[in-house]
Amino acid sequence: MNMQTRLVEVRQKVLKQNDVVARALRERFHQAGVFVVSLVSSPGSGKTAFLEKTLTLLRPHFRVAALVGDLATDNDAHRLARSQAPVRQITTGTICHLEADMVQNALADWDLNEIDFLFIENVGNLVCPASYDLGEDLRLVLFSVTEGEDKPLKYPTIFNTADVAVITKMDIAAAVEFDPAAAHNSIQSVRPGMRILEVSSKTNAGMEPWLEFLKQYAPSKSKSQSPVLANSQGALS
Amino acid sequence: MHELSIALSILDLVEEEAQRRGGVRVLAVHLKLGPLSGVVAEALSSAFELAREGTSFDTCRLEITEVPIVVFCPNCKSEQEPVSIQCLCCAQCGTPTPQVIHGQEMDVSAMEIADEYANAPG
Repeated sequence: MNMQTRLVEVRQKVLKQNDVVARALRERFHQAGVFVVSLVSSPGSGKTAFLEKTLTLLRPHFRVAALVGDLATDNDAHRLARSQAPVRQITTGTICHLEADMVQNALADWDLNEIDFLFIENVGNLVCPASYDLGEDLRLVLFSVTEGEDKPLKYPTIFNTADVAVITKMDIAAAVEFDPAAAHNSIQSVRPGMRILEVSSKTNAGMEPWLEFLKQYAPSKSKSQSPVLANSQGALS
Repeated sequence: MHELSIALSILDLVEEEAQRRGGVRVLAVHLKLGPLSGVVAEALSSAFELAREGTSFDTCRLEITEVPIVVFCPNCKSEQEPVSIQCLCCAQCGTPTPQVIHGQEMDVSAMEIADEYANAPG
């Protein structure tokens, strides 16, 4: 049979379904006064250690909770649970990233009004998570001193979609001859003006500036108005 | 590799748009893809071939148009190409800029649809 073909305009984002869910989540978070931080990095960069330390240091002052994405295990959820914060695992199976509806489902029975800071640890992957909005307010991209100063140049897209870069495992920087200036240059090249934090989850070096940074986003409903920095001095020293 | 997820999302979108137009046959789907979308064109093409198998769109082609990165240069006060994806500096004056105008696209721009002669208007 003869066919006539014609071109019709569509103009739709491929991930519009994800974007719709992410927007709805963001709206819910804002209404409930929750500040949401997501973490992305390659496997082994120290996301879980950094998050465990963050939860532990914040918990005396704020109501914190975490969702953690993992392909197959709940090991990270168990580690994070040591902080005493509510933690929920999202097992993604073969999917290499979190999507907004996974976050939505994982939150289903949590009362967001009871949370000040929600952290979402993505699956260890510097490629796939870049495309998916999770409704977060702040996206951190982490990389450790053992991964090479040019990591940002190799994965420009994820750095471009993130708000803050966190360089982890600074306690072993000298041992692996890490060059901080070169790393900063790489980050500034792919994302000019990006805020950079250098931390060691092991020694707590750099955790104070990070907590201080987070504190400015603390929702006014939080259970304690006392400054994190002043109160965490004891915990840090 | 999340290209298969993306390919399935494209097919969902194609199906929705085809249904909206009365279940038309879709010959091709046109996609605009930027380097900062997080998706590699070649990998997506392969994934799409896999994803369309066994669906009603198993002959539907995926036509990808790559969209270059465009940034806003605060010095030139205009849209400019950056030096590269690794160096978001104005290619004209070298000023660094985080303001990305284009390059993050992952959009279905159009579909080629088939009308049977008898049903075609005129």
